[in-house]
Amino acid sequence: MSIAFRRSPARGRLDGGAGFVYAVVAVVLAVVGGILLSVVLDAFATSWFGGWLPDGYTDRWFRAAISDFEIPQILLATAFITLSVAVAGLILGVPAAYVLARRSFPGKGVLQLLLVLPLLVPPITYGIPLATMLYEFRIAGTAAGVIVANLVPALPLVVLLLTPFFEQIDPNLERAARTLGASPLSVFTRVLVPLAAPGVLAAALIVVVRTLALFELTFLVSGADSQTLVVALYYAAFAPGIRPSQQIDAMAVVYMATSLVLLIAALRFVNPTSMVFRVRR
Amino acid sequence: MTAPAARRSAVESGDSFARRPRRRFDPSLLVIGPAVLFVLGLFVYPFVYGLALSFQPYGDNELNGPLGSYMAFFGDARERLSISNTLKLAVPATLIDVVLALPLAYRLRRPIPGQRVIAALFVIPMTLGTVLIAEGMLQFFGPAGWVNKTLLLIGVVHEPVQFLHNYLGTLISLLISDFPAVFLLLLGYASGIDPALDRAARTLGASWWQRTWRVTLPMMAPGVAVAAALSFVATFSVFPSAVLVGNPAGETRVIAFAAWQAAYEHFDYSEASAIAIVMGVIELALVAAALSLRAGGYRRLRAEAGR
Repeated sequence: MSIAFRRSPARGRLDGGAGFVYAVVAVVLAVVGGILLSVVLDAFATSWFGGWLPDGYTDRWFRAAISDFEIPQILLATAFITLSVAVAGLILGVPAAYVLARRSFPGKGVLQLLLVLPLLVPPITYGIPLATMLYEFRIAGTAAGVIVANLVPALPLVVLLLTPFFEQIDPNLERAARTLGASPLSVFTRVLVPLAAPGVLAAALIVVVRTLALFELTFLVSGADSQTLVVALYYAAFAPGIRPSQQIDAMAVVYMATSLVLLIAALRFVNPTSMVFRVRR
Repeated sequence: MTAPAARRSAVESGDSFARRPRRRFDPSLLVIGPAVLFVLGLFVYPFVYGLALSFQPYGDNELNGPLGSYMAFFGDARERLSISNTLKLAVPATLIDVVLALPLAYRLRRPIPGQRVIAALFVIPMTLGTVLIAEGMLQFFGPAGWVNKTLLLIGVVHEPVQFLHNYLGTLISLLISDFPAVFLLLLGYASGIDPALDRAARTLGASWWQRTWRVTLPMMAPGVAVAAALSFVATFSVFPSAVLVGNPAGETRVIAFAAWQAAYEHFDYSEASAIAIVMGVIELALVAAALSLRAGGYRRLRAEAGR
């Protein structure tokens, strides 16, 4: 896995294979686009019974969602939780990634496997024993509990993203700085940090985007005032009939807009293929 | 001391790793400690804790000894059914996604116009996550949604298809949520294959068919195994969409839902842990099998290259 910089693809030939690619892409986009568009339209609809388009448009569902679902409070909690997860993930993960990239030592393979294992097991599987344990320690139900739980997949993601990134920084630069009399601290702050900044920033953005969408752990661990947007959306959608569908869709639009803004920011720095877990070759 | 001498002594007394004798312990390795301790404490330990808890049955299950929670899960037909309910979703979803994504990724190993845009668009459903996709499906696939309207308009069906709150709804949501990840994983593998191999085979007179079957696909096989395993593990742990667009009381009562219900509705953390352990064992076995297949694939390739 690597964090690659933007690269313009070589112009390829168009053939039958390319036609097939475009056809599948068109179907996928029609379904995903249709889902997103109907959510947005419904959120702004006065009502939508049977027609191809809503009967009229209004913004009252947003005002209702903001007061009924306490959206400002949820947004604040979401921002606090996702940023804390990213910062804590970097604090723990950057040194680990650096050591894994630069040093060789006995047992390195075991540590490397240990540090990616949480990405191989789905969150709901380890989330249930983890939540039970966090309830036992009385951290569950608080923002701290949600942050700790979300760090479990976030930290391995940071390590996985940044290890190859540190590997491609030429170690001679650090050696040269040391030869010229720089202290280990100034090698770190004046050589390594500026070189690593783009990768670290990209890793932080990926962690924020993933934590925002990660439902299961927050769902299992959060309390009433430590819910993130996606969990609040689940609870709203889980109890249909209590609120009009438009109001739930208004909340979905808030979630969607937040995610997409962050995703666009992330894609400016990150190759899309590194958004998924990729086993290193 | 002159300036160069001072610099030299700074280097000599510094802890530059390259200069150290190999066997001495390097204290800078310790910075990996916090990360390792965190994973041990919050990932490995909860599993051990859950495993121990699963052997301490709660309530009526206590009468059956330490295996009481497992006996309650496997002994109850409704509970046991959650495994096959989950398999019935995860296996087809994985197969369909891999079969669709493989030719796509295979073709895209040589870039086509708009490749980066396509990859970026596929990231959108992944970023939004299963909850939003499922919530959005309620409108789009609903009885008066655009899908049913289109199907009625072109006359494929004569009354709206029931896409929601059943098996079909959950399967569709899994296909949508999981396809991009499978595709991007395979794309990563396909674009890592050296195009010179294909050119060499062509120079040696291999047909398109031979190059695909004998060169490119064998090189992609390990990637396919990993993508299929990860996709299966992801779909096997389906939870929110089985509730929102499925029928969690019946055909989509998946194993994750059973575990959640045991913990959060029956407050039986022992049985919940037992179910989670069963899930984890199935998933880890699959991942291990895929990873060893991948290693085996490489060994075979290397052996063939050596001949």
